[in-house]
Amino acid sequence: MVTTTQLDHARAIAGAVADPEVPVLTIADLGVLRDVGIEPETGTVTVTITPTYSGCPAMETIRDDLHLALEAAGFTDVVIDLTLTPAWTTDWMSDEGKQKLTAYGIAPPTGRSAVRGPIPLTLAVKCPRCSSLRTKELARFGSTSCKSLWQCEDCLEPFDHFKNH
Amino acid sequence: MTSAQNGTTELAPEDSENPHGAVTVDQLDLEAELAGDADAIATPETAEYVLWLADDALILAQQLSRWIAHAPEIEEDVALGNIALDLLGHARSLLRYAGSASGRTEDDLAYFRNEPEFRCSWMVQQDNGDFAHTIIRQLVMATYMFALYTRLADSTDPTLAAIAAKAVKEVEYHRDHAVQWTLRLAGGTDESRTRTQRALENLWPFVGELFRDDTSIEPLIARGIAARPSSLQEECEAIFTAVLAEEDLEVPQPQPSSAGGRHGSHFSALGFILAEMQVLARQHPGATW
Repeated sequence: MVTTTQLDHARAIAGAVADPEVPVLTIADLGVLRDVGIEPETGTVTVTITPTYSGCPAMETIRDDLHLALEAAGFTDVVIDLTLTPAWTTDWMSDEGKQKLTAYGIAPPTGRSAVRGPIPLTLAVKCPRCSSLRTKELARFGSTSCKSLWQCEDCLEPFDHFKNH
Repeated sequence: MTSAQNGTTELAPEDSENPHGAVTVDQLDLEAELAGDADAIATPETAEYVLWLADDALILAQQLSRWIAHAPEIEEDVALGNIALDLLGHARSLLRYAGSASGRTEDDLAYFRNEPEFRCSWMVQQDNGDFAHTIIRQLVMATYMFALYTRLADSTDPTLAAIAAKAVKEVEYHRDHAVQWTLRLAGGTDESRTRTQRALENLWPFVGELFRDDTSIEPLIARGIAARPSSLQEECEAIFTAVLAEEDLEVPQPQPSSAGGRHGSHFSALGFILAEMQVLARQHPGATW
């Protein structure tokens, strides 16, 4: 017999799995975790996740980590589903997640592009170390699909920026 | 499906004389679950159209990944690698959906189809050439893909709509990257401008195929599943014109195209691209590491 407590437990375990590329964030902070359910008859746990970017190679690690974490917590029958709808955007990231990112030295997403079109404008990105808005983009593509590389013109520190998406 | 791809057969015994070790295929089923919505089954007609998109993305990803460690600066190694990774993600979701019509996996379709079975346009088969050549090819393909996925995000086929809604945000970024570089190369040195101009002249004969209507997809257009290729042309040309005009370059005259990529008649380069892409999977079917 599945109880609400077990479902909450499974949710807590799944939500605590860390993103392999930004380990300071959990998949719940990131908005990658969409749903956790338990089949009442069989006790099968179904976890639904969504990719940040289509080619994100972290999805396979996240899937394996979910299996390991849930099985260690006693859920022996675990199914991981992937959904593409609704598509992930940076709006799915929690405010707590954005604060954790800043503390980790990664500038969080600033919101949607100010002007959309073939030659877009974007809002200033705040330096996660000294909070200066005098920053510049060094490279539009960074160490992972979801980040770009920036530099602060006041403290001169280079930093990652989690792109608006 | 052959026994080599059904997820159970061990293909090479563990023995010390085999330099490649034991190669097994037990991962294939696991990997497939992460390539897109699991349960949707495409009709054969939809699957054929989905291969147009899948193969454009797959071949362009394969081409772009050759720039890694060869780009003019390290940031471009990363940028082109990231763009290739996004495109590979689109290709995986699309191939998985296309394969659902015939019980084939994304790997079956990527690695075990021969040249005439591919449905990619001739544009993605053009050589990387110099950096300007790759950037102009990106300008064309990212602009085309953005227009196409914007429309397909409203497709009446829910799986195709979901993949397109995801992909459109990524190709918008690719288009932005190509626009920025086109402006810098065209407005840079005499040499970079000459090469940009040459790339436009070399690549423009292959633009027409992207916007050419094809009777084979008319039933899908009528049902709101597919987008009519010619209906994307005006919006794409407006962008080409706006970007090139920033640096006083003209869009070359459109040329009639006899390219037959959508029916499996390909440019001579595709065979070489496939040979490189498929050799490992064919020599060691199901290899994992």
